Amino acid sequence: MSTAASLSVRNLSILFGGVHALEDVSFDVNPGEVFAIIGPNGAGKSTIFNLISRLYEPSNGSIHYGEHDLLQLPAHKIVNTGIARTFQNIELFEQATVLQNLLVGRHSHMSCNPFSNFAFLPGVRKSELEHRRKVEDVIDLLEIAQYRDERIADLSYGARKNVELARALCAEPSLLLLDEPASGLNNEETEDVGFWLEDIKHDLGVTIVMVEHDMNLVGSIADRVMAINDGRLITIGTPDEVRNNPEVQRAYLGGSA
Amino acid sequence: MQILFKTRYEDDLKFLARTGEKVRVGLVVVLLLAAPLFLQNFYLGELGLLLVYAIAGIGLMILTGHTGQVSFGHAAFLGIGAYCHSILMSHGVPFSLSVVATVLLCGAVGMAIGRSASKMHGFYLAIATLAFLILVETLLGEWEAVTGGHGGFKVPKLVVFGQPLTAVWQQYYVDLLCVFAVVLGAANLFRSPTGRSFLAVRDSELSARSLGVNVEWVKVQAFGVSAAITGLAGLLLAHHLTYLSPEVFGVLESLKLMLMIVVGGLGSILGAIFGAILVSALPIAISFLKDALPPAIGQQAGLEPLLFGVIIVLFIVFEPQGIYGRWMKIRYFFETFPYYRKSSFVRQKSYLKTERMR
Repeated sequence: MSTAASLSVRNLSILFGGVHALEDVSFDVNPGEVFAIIGPNGAGKSTIFNLISRLYEPSNGSIHYGEHDLLQLPAHKIVNTGIARTFQNIELFEQATVLQNLLVGRHSHMSCNPFSNFAFLPGVRKSELEHRRKVEDVIDLLEIAQYRDERIADLSYGARKNVELARALCAEPSLLLLDEPASGLNNEETEDVGFWLEDIKHDLGVTIVMVEHDMNLVGSIADRVMAINDGRLITIGTPDEVRNNPEVQRAYLGGSA
Repeated sequence: MQILFKTRYEDDLKFLARTGEKVRVGLVVVLLLAAPLFLQNFYLGELGLLLVYAIAGIGLMILTGHTGQVSFGHAAFLGIGAYCHSILMSHGVPFSLSVVATVLLCGAVGMAIGRSASKMHGFYLAIATLAFLILVETLLGEWEAVTGGHGGFKVPKLVVFGQPLTAVWQQYYVDLLCVFAVVLGAANLFRSPTGRSFLAVRDSELSARSLGVNVEWVKVQAFGVSAAITGLAGLLLAHHLTYLSPEVFGVLESLKLMLMIVVGGLGSILGAIFGAILVSALPIAISFLKDALPPAIGQQAGLEPLLFGVIIVLFIVFEPQGIYGRWMKIRYFFETFPYYRKSSFVRQKSYLKTERMR
């Protein structure tokens, strides 16, 4: 694992056409904590993730992770700073096997030279075996051994969610961005996810930022929660503080604002 | 059914894990090696041509089947390969050197195309590559001083390390050697990081990027590797044609390559080989058929393209995964006999493909 660092987002704004999808959002994530982002649909939660992973270009603001200024990096270099992510609508490599997906997860740690790969020189074999071993640790942790050689297209939804989490872990991140890790899962699966996230936090020392709607999960594992609505920050606090904040309740339930 | 017990991580790197696979592939290799002993010269020549098309098919398969980038311009790389090699050899460059130079040139041209096409998708990419093909074909036709223009260009005799290889069987073994090298290399590629990044770009550019894959560079690489392999096929093809003319490397040839990999089955090296077998064997089968049919039907003009068309349509309708997909089903049927059910291969549908960013 790379050393823990803190993520600091300052005055982040992005415009989609004339719409302020995010306006002046600032927050810090401390090393080793679980930080949850909540908010109604369209509040801009996933947009924050897409900005951090450089898939969107912000119109204003800054994002720093440790000593890295993320806005200076292209999207494919973000993982090298120790940030890995999952997607809301599962973005796995569907026609590849679970093992291949996880090995792509290790891409940032691999050197890849088409010539030596074409000839499969002894060095390539050696590094493949090393990475294969690292992948197996993640397979063990998330208990997906039975799917190892299955194609993603043949897996159930719940299994895909696990594989996507596993793939992000294969990058050996110090910060994990999870976009709705429990959406579409049943109660039992959601509980499992809760346990795994605790394990990931404690055993691997990974900082977790997650977007999640399941308040039970958020309440049980999050250290701090940030609530946003209409692209603006409402409050940051402990799960209970945020839950009892009248403005948060108004954002979710409506009412005379 | 054979159950695989993997006990070491090396087992995941093996190409042929199952006994059945080893036997089948071994048998094919032995048959190919022994083919000159029992095939007449005509059929041996056709088999050599089949091998050349298999190489070209693998070249296009890597780009279209594995990286998901459509190219209707691959006949151009065949053409560049064929002309470059013939021109170099006619200027006295030795075979081995000429092969290296040709493959590198094709790779470089491919990378240049890949660089300019790396932001294009789907139809736009198809049209861009088609335009490239037309450009190359025109260039080959008009640059008379070097290519001989539409008058044609005589391909020098095949001489390897000062040894003239003019007999059909000698040329066949050169083709065979190249096929072995390309198949092995392509298979290697897909058990190593480079090949996996190709698959990643095909299936989701978004997550590939977030995992550290430089998507644009991967496309450049894929175009390069694909063009280099197709160029190799082109130079071997030159020795089969003995006389080059620009029309040979036109849109129809490109379509033939595309047809090969689609009917063969996208996304597998074996599919490209199946496709090559189909497009090479079909004309021979049709000519046999012509003799067997009553003259009123057999002598009709256009019987061959008609049958070709019908076969493609049937495949697209009934087996979109191509011959390879059908082969997997047949294999699975025997491996799991008598438990195979029709639903074994029914695809799950995913209804969660909303909000995809491109």
